[in-house]
Amino acid sequence: MAGLLTPDITAKIGQANPTIHVEVTRRDIQKYAVSTGQRAKKYLDGDEAPPLFHFGYSMEILPPEELRADGIAEDKLIPPLPLKRVMAGSSDTVYHRPIRPGDKIKMTRRLKDIYEKEGKTGPLIFVVTEVVVETEDGEAILNETTSLIAR
Amino acid sequence: MLRYEDITVGSELPSRDHTATIVQLFMYNAAIWNPHRIHFDHTYATEEEGYDAIVLDGPLQGDWIGQVVTDWIGEDATMVSFGYANRRAAYLGDTMTAGGLVEEKNDENKEVKVSLYLKNAQGEVTIPGHALVRFG
Repeated sequence: MAGLLTPDITAKIGQANPTIHVEVTRRDIQKYAVSTGQRAKKYLDGDEAPPLFHFGYSMEILPPEELRADGIAEDKLIPPLPLKRVMAGSSDTVYHRPIRPGDKIKMTRRLKDIYEKEGKTGPLIFVVTEVVVETEDGEAILNETTSLIAR
Repeated sequence: MLRYEDITVGSELPSRDHTATIVQLFMYNAAIWNPHRIHFDHTYATEEEGYDAIVLDGPLQGDWIGQVVTDWIGEDATMVSFGYANRRAAYLGDTMTAGGLVEEKNDENKEVKVSLYLKNAQGEVTIPGHALVRFG
């Protein structure tokens, strides 16, 4: 094993971003639905959010001067990695119930794991995060696990 | 009406082509609040980051394969889980085909497992995925 992961990096495992609190509006669902080309009336009317709707809530709202040159907000959850080329990300979600207009929801993103493996072409670092979306009352909405690989 | 009993393993889900326009891509990135320049700044995407053209967002492509499932089941079943992976870049102007295949049926709890794909015109899969739907 290459031993790329310093204690500074692994110390971040288990940390979470500040919880985001959102009141879901019909208009936000409708914007998402038309822009993704949905066909189901319940999505276009904003009665229910399409399954990937919550993705936008993970985007931090910052003034332009606080963004990086490429337009992205710095990801404060994932520490700088010694391998810079980030490849294929993936996302897996378990749904408990759909998001609907008027829902008061909270979303928390946590760094679940960082580990390294020896790949065919050299070392790889795997970063796993978990996103939990629930209502303010604690009713489960969804759990999403994302992973990315750096090499 | 889609009935669990009528679904056969190995059958294809209805596929759909998507060709995002620059306006649609703008609307999507505005809706999710994504200011990443590779999705709207052609010069930046090609000259600074070395892409062929403006890049389609991975989660947008993920949504397209999710729609294969939600359009197929309508109100007749519930999608209980869904996953996708980013395999290769797709570009503005590319016509992408979203589709899927029935992989498994579980009679005990009336669940159906499907595999999903998004392909470009060359037949290369940019986003593979999978979903589990439950009837009743």
